[in-house]
Amino acid sequence: MISVNLLLAIIGAAFLLPLIWLVDAALNPHASAALTGPAWSLSNFRAALAAGAGGAIKNSLYLAMVSTIVATSVSTIAAFALSRHRVPFKASLLLVILFLAGLPVTLLLIPIFEIYVHLGWLNSPFYTSLVLAATSVPFAIWLLKNFIDQVPRELEEAAAIEGASDLRILWGIVIPLAMPGILVASILTFINSWGAFLIPLVLDANPKDQPGAVGIFQFMSANGVVHFGPLAAYSIIFSAPVVLMYLICSRWLNGGFAFAGGVKG
Amino acid sequence: MTAVHDASELQFDGIPVDRADIKKFKWSSILWLSPAGILVMALFVLPTIYALYIGFTNMQLLGPFAQHLSFTGLSNFDRMIHDPVFWSSVKMTLVFVIGSGIIAQTVLGFALALLGQRAKISLRATVGSIVILAWVLPEITVAFIWYAFGQAGGTLSELIARPGDDLLATVPLLIVCVANAWRGTAFSMLILSAGLRNVPAEVDEAAQLEGASYWQRLWRVTIPIMRSTIMVNMLLITIGTISDFTLIWAMTQGGPGNETAILPVYMYIQAFQFNDLGYGTAIALALIVVGALLSIIYVRQLRPELKKAQ
Repeated sequence: MISVNLLLAIIGAAFLLPLIWLVDAALNPHASAALTGPAWSLSNFRAALAAGAGGAIKNSLYLAMVSTIVATSVSTIAAFALSRHRVPFKASLLLVILFLAGLPVTLLLIPIFEIYVHLGWLNSPFYTSLVLAATSVPFAIWLLKNFIDQVPRELEEAAAIEGASDLRILWGIVIPLAMPGILVASILTFINSWGAFLIPLVLDANPKDQPGAVGIFQFMSANGVVHFGPLAAYSIIFSAPVVLMYLICSRWLNGGFAFAGGVKG
Repeated sequence: MTAVHDASELQFDGIPVDRADIKKFKWSSILWLSPAGILVMALFVLPTIYALYIGFTNMQLLGPFAQHLSFTGLSNFDRMIHDPVFWSSVKMTLVFVIGSGIIAQTVLGFALALLGQRAKISLRATVGSIVILAWVLPEITVAFIWYAFGQAGGTLSELIARPGDDLLATVPLLIVCVANAWRGTAFSMLILSAGLRNVPAEVDEAAQLEGASYWQRLWRVTIPIMRSTIMVNMLLITIGTISDFTLIWAMTQGGPGNETAILPVYMYIQAFQFNDLGYGTAIALALIVVGALLSIIYVRQLRPELKKAQ
């Protein structure tokens, strides 16, 4: 029993060490690649903001918000139809959607780049966020269909008898009842788009549009000198929103969220 | 729901009758599916088909072939077969996916799930949160952390008491594999600990009464029962790892030399640094083939379970 706890603690410590370095480097004005010991200074955070962390975070927020709104709304409507309507070849359609969810984005990048060159859509945050939305849609549809399937139909049938349209049923009954699922889909899309690197790197070369992930990468490779302290601070600023979001998500959805199960006592 | 799913099953005097509780197809359903459909068609299906075309052309990012490309048949694939960097890239992709993804993440995740089952609850919750935090962090943050860790003078080189060694230069593939395992283990831990909870306690207790040791029970009882969960977990890790770009690009940019240029990285280098969009796309297609081959292995393994489910 003791050895089990000890072993688990050792693995946990190994996993913790890189995180400790990150926090240590962010707070220490003389940070290096190695652990330097505690110091309490916010100068690295000021340096990160001076290096453009603020603007990059705003760009990440734009990409994540637009793609989340687009992906979640189109996926909810499609998932409702797939759950409630009679759609021809539904089983095959769902299989295709699942297949698309597993398709590497890498394959799509060059063709999308070419299409965007022809349409003149390069260097536009809006069109870049549409690609991010599209990459999340297949998984979101799959997830939302499963959630909507679990919403009891009695209320809808009653509403239909009263003459409510499908749109009103969706808006007034299904969306409120499937809200936990819609939030999970939104948060997963948001986290995915927030961290996006390759797609904005290729589709938007405009320096003032670069999101946090690209900003950190540029900062890492700038002038051959690696500023570990400011970079660590930048990484923490950039990571905080998604970590917070995950915490809220897993706490709030407690039982319904399968991921929370792993840490629940 | 005990609804009959096939409307034709209901008959009246041998004449099929429509059931009131089963919806008939309405054209308006197409309208509901169209926003998602258009988005997925335009930015998923169309690019996939386009990729199948670009891979057979000499399309360039810049220069004369950017506008006036021509169909070059199999020449990209012929070049690929004779490209030693491509083959080493395939090998590294397999090492990366199998080593850092399938083996390291599954074994570590399973170990954490098993230990968590028997450890103190507070310790399990703490370690679980740490492991999950590594997974929730954006990939670029993970890349930066391990970039610093693997450097000369970084924490890792100090730990092995060789502070002067730049591990990113001497064993680059190992370091990116460790970084990827660190980042991805939480996923396996979560899936496999959920799977462990579904193993009926009676079976394990019965084996215990028969005098089976812990390892015997693990190997002969628990793992066989969890087989499909483990397989699905491996499949998902494979899909997630095989197209990984950010982690390696930010840590090593595929270097030194091409020592960490797995297929997505090599594709990016060919397409956007050497301007060869045609060859880059051919590499992306090869990546799909590798992914499909690995997936087929899992699906074949899962076939008995899939049959049972039907």
